[in-house]
Amino acid sequence: MRSENATTDTINDDYVIQMKHICTRFGDKVVHDSVDLQVRRGDIFAIVGGSGSGKSTLLREMILLHKPDSGSVNILGTELADLDDTQANELRQRCGVMFQKGGLFGTLTVSENIGLPLREHSDLDDATINQIALWKLEQTGLHPESATLYPAELSGGMLKRAAMARALVLDPELLFLDEPTAGLDPTSADGIDALILQLHAVYRPTIVMITHDLDLLWQVTQHVAVLGGGKVIASGSMAELSQLPNPIIREYFDGARGRAAQLQAAHLSHSRTNVAHDTKVDAWKPK
Amino acid sequence: MDAPIDAPIDAKIEQTAIGMLQLSGSWTVCQLGSVVRQLDLLFRLPPPRLQLDGKKITKIDSITVWVLQARLKKLQEDGTQINMLDWPPEYQRILASLPPRSQQVVQSPRRAGIVETIGKVSVVAWANNLALLSFIGETAVAFMDVLRHPGHARVRSVLHDLQINGVNALPIVGVTSFLLGIVIAYQGADQLRHYGANIFVVELVGYAMLREFAPLITAIIVAGRSGSAYAAQIGTMLVTEEIDALKTIGIKPIDLLVLPKLIALMVALPLLTLFADLLGVLGGIWMANSRLQVSPHEFIARFGTEIPLKTLLIGLGKSWIFAIVIVLISCYQGFRTKANADSVGQQTTRSVVQSIFIVIVLDAGFSIVFNLLDL
Repeated sequence: MRSENATTDTINDDYVIQMKHICTRFGDKVVHDSVDLQVRRGDIFAIVGGSGSGKSTLLREMILLHKPDSGSVNILGTELADLDDTQANELRQRCGVMFQKGGLFGTLTVSENIGLPLREHSDLDDATINQIALWKLEQTGLHPESATLYPAELSGGMLKRAAMARALVLDPELLFLDEPTAGLDPTSADGIDALILQLHAVYRPTIVMITHDLDLLWQVTQHVAVLGGGKVIASGSMAELSQLPNPIIREYFDGARGRAAQLQAAHLSHSRTNVAHDTKVDAWKPK
Repeated sequence: MDAPIDAPIDAKIEQTAIGMLQLSGSWTVCQLGSVVRQLDLLFRLPPPRLQLDGKKITKIDSITVWVLQARLKKLQEDGTQINMLDWPPEYQRILASLPPRSQQVVQSPRRAGIVETIGKVSVVAWANNLALLSFIGETAVAFMDVLRHPGHARVRSVLHDLQINGVNALPIVGVTSFLLGIVIAYQGADQLRHYGANIFVVELVGYAMLREFAPLITAIIVAGRSGSAYAAQIGTMLVTEEIDALKTIGIKPIDLLVLPKLIALMVALPLLTLFADLLGVLGGIWMANSRLQVSPHEFIARFGTEIPLKTLLIGLGKSWIFAIVIVLISCYQGFRTKANADSVGQQTTRSVVQSIFIVIVLDAGFSIVFNLLDL
């Protein structure tokens, strides 16, 4: 089976997410007016766009939290429109989601939060689950001592890391990150950038994220889609997008922050980005 | 509809020869428990050489690698030679990311003994009482401040609270006490008829409603209706940091959130009780007319001569105290909410249960005191 990887790579149309002609309305407000989007397996994919451009709604449509008014969504080869409960649950186990505010349960400790998907979906014993939770915690860069803390006792950066650990615990093929660096100080945000790259190198999930963080966009993502006016107005790597004349995109890149991030990315690209991107290892793919 | 591209195949272990295990299928955490138990059985008497064939493994995830690795390491330490044949490259990659040693589970804290538990509970209870006392004190100071400078009162908030917790409660309070009046007269009717003392239904209904039932039932309804709302409102504001925002803007949370409620309910609850008195007696009159042949005219005439005004005033006075208790306890419980969703629910429940409990205890206390004072 492994030999087939070579063929899939050459065809290069191994899409884990395919959204076609998505239309979404809230009352009279049209959020998506025929959005088309494809995400290739193993990519780090980002969706950007101004506030109100429907990024979050698009993400919610990918993770079965919202049904588009029309159009088709295909996740991991499964059409979402006619999905029964069992299939939906199987699909959910193959996706990990990290919410913007963490979405950790306030009444459970960090390690209980991380162990929850395991307790629900596997028949491992409690001691093993606790050990696994500790290991995942360490992998996301948290101290073992934070295992017994409650989410309310965590700082912003720790909260994101704990949420990331929970999203990763079932080794998802698809990892969704909603604003992974929003509300963090630059140091913590840099830490999250590095963490995403490191986890992507180990587990090779396809990562889809929403972000406004230009540093994250330049240094981590391989493919970016820009939403505007209810459509995908451009899609490509950051380097490609930065050459486009479209005014909405220009606004994004030509601001002071945009230029600074681009400069910094150029400095860092030798030291850090290479580690994860340039070694060509197959994306995580079941056979 | 396309079939899912990779429907999971069950993980399996087959012993192809002695010391030869062939692993196949999808080795993911969701199916791990049963195969690991099977593996443990096979490993119980480990052969000196073990060959693990991973050729047919279609999928393997990090937790599986972690669990397998822990077992293999133990076998190796016991002196078994292990040969891994044809394992997927993911295995190597994940293996490289594993921590060098399996970590110790954080020790769960030891269980406290009975003396320690009693001690801790008492300390917490004592601290709670002090906190309640200081809350009452703060509210009293704020209240005195408003009395001294009536201009500081937040009239709009008070009026809003009067509307929500007074006027809007009229229907439920009215219906409940009307039914209560009917029930009292109905239950008394049989006994009174035995002795031909039909007319005493007036005293029965009058004293029972005015002194006890109207203040009590109104307080209980309001505690459930408004007390829970107070606690939930303040609790949610705490969780969303609105209380902190108030403090930084320079508004005392007690001034804005507790005082208007206190003032409004101190006015509204006695008025609601008066309304309940009226409807309760009306219920009594109706029942007396239909079951005891006491006409409304007779009833009202006797009511005027036999039921002294102080009965009404005692009832209203009690309800005034109940109003203070309900607001203080509900708001206090609201302010003790911790920053999670569960806590809001807990504190809301606590506010209602405690205020109803204390209202009833106080009512019993009043009965004893009034009896001693011969009122």
